[in-house]
Amino acid sequence: MSIIAELPLSLIVLCSGLGLVLIGLWGMLTQRNMIRMIIGFSLTDTGIHMVMVSIGYVTGGTAPIINAAVPVTEAVNRVVDPVPSALVLTAIVIGLGVTAVMLSFAVRIYKARKTLMIDECTELRW
Amino acid sequence: MIKRLFILMILALMGLIFIQLASSYTENSSLSKLGRYYVEEGPQELGAANLVTAVVVTYRGLDTLGEVTVLFISAAGVGLLLRRTRRKDDKEDLERGDRAEEAAGTHKPASEIVTTATQLLLPMVMLFGIYVFLNGHLSPGGGFQGGAIIASGTMFLLLALPESHISRLLVALTESLSGFSYVVIGVLGVIMAGGFLDNRIMGPGTYGALFSAGAIPLIYTLVGLKVGFELSAVLDRFRKDDTGPV
Repeated sequence: MSIIAELPLSLIVLCSGLGLVLIGLWGMLTQRNMIRMIIGFSLTDTGIHMVMVSIGYVTGGTAPIINAAVPVTEAVNRVVDPVPSALVLTAIVIGLGVTAVMLSFAVRIYKARKTLMIDECTELRW
Repeated sequence: MIKRLFILMILALMGLIFIQLASSYTENSSLSKLGRYYVEEGPQELGAANLVTAVVVTYRGLDTLGEVTVLFISAAGVGLLLRRTRRKDDKEDLERGDRAEEAAGTHKPASEIVTTATQLLLPMVMLFGIYVFLNGHLSPGGGFQGGAIIASGTMFLLLALPESHISRLLVALTESLSGFSYVVIGVLGVIMAGGFLDNRIMGPGTYGALFSAGAIPLIYTLVGLKVGFELSAVLDRFRKDDTGPV
C-alpha cells in the first residue's frame, strides 16, 4: 500500500494509459466483429490521450487557468504544462471524427452483407 | 494458431517498449521552455485567463483551424456514407423494414419519463453548452466542449422524440457561415494585428471579464456553433430512419 502511495501521480496515469493502449491493440488484432474492433481503436485512442496528459504534468501543478487561486506572478511555479493539454484537446476531436467515419463504414458494410464479421468480407484477403 | 502467436508476440514487444518507457519516466518538476513562455507571456500578451485556450485558439490557432477542418471532413464523410437514397424501390424497402420493425416491436416510442425529462432539461443543456463556449477563455471548457454538450442535447432530443426533424438547411448554413467567419477573423488578424488568427484585433478588455481576451470569445463561439451543429448532424445521420437501405 505504501509503495503505491509513494508513486508519482503522473506515473500511475502513464501506466494506465499504456495499459489501455495494449488492451485496445489486443482488441483490434483479435476481435472479428467490426464494432469490437472500433471499440479497441477507441481504447487505444483514450490510452494515448492519458499518456500525453501525464507527460505534461508538473509535480504539484494545477490547471493552467489564472484566477484568484493562481495569481499571474505565481503561475509559472504552480501550473501544469498547457501545451500537452492543448494537443490532447485536438487529438480527442480528431479521434471522434475518425471513430464516426469508421462506424458509418461499419453500417454500410452491415447493410451490404448483413454481417459485421470481418471474416465474411473476403475481397481484400490474401 | 500461428496468427495468435504472432499477435501475442507483437503485444509482448509493445509491452516491452512501454515498460522501458515507463521505467525511465521521471515526473517534471518545472515547466518546459515552451510551456514556461506561454504561462509567463500568455496572460499579458493575449489577456486569456485559461492558458490552454490561449494556446489552442491563438498560439496554435492554425492547428485548431485544421482540427475544425478534419471534423468537418469527417462529418461530410459520415453524411456521404449514410445518405438517404430517394430511389423508389429503396423506399419500398424502407417501408418493409419499418413494418418488420413494428412486428418485432423494436420501434417503441420513448417512455413518458424520458419525454418529460427532455422537455424540462433540453433548454438547460443547450444553455449550458452556450455557457461553456462563451466562457472558454476564463474557465475549463471552450468551443469543442460546448459543441459536444449541445450535440448531447440533440442526442437527448432524438432519443425522446425519434420523429423530430433536424433542418439540414439550418445545419449547413450555420456550419458554413461560422467556418467562413472563423477564417475571416483569421485574415483580419493578418491585416490588423500580428498575424493569422491573432486575437488582438479587438481590445483586450478587463482581464477576467466575459468580454475580454480580444477575439477569443468570438472565435470560440463560432467553433462551438460549428462543432455543435456538425456533431448533431452526425448523430442525426446515425438514426435508424435516416439510414435506409443503400
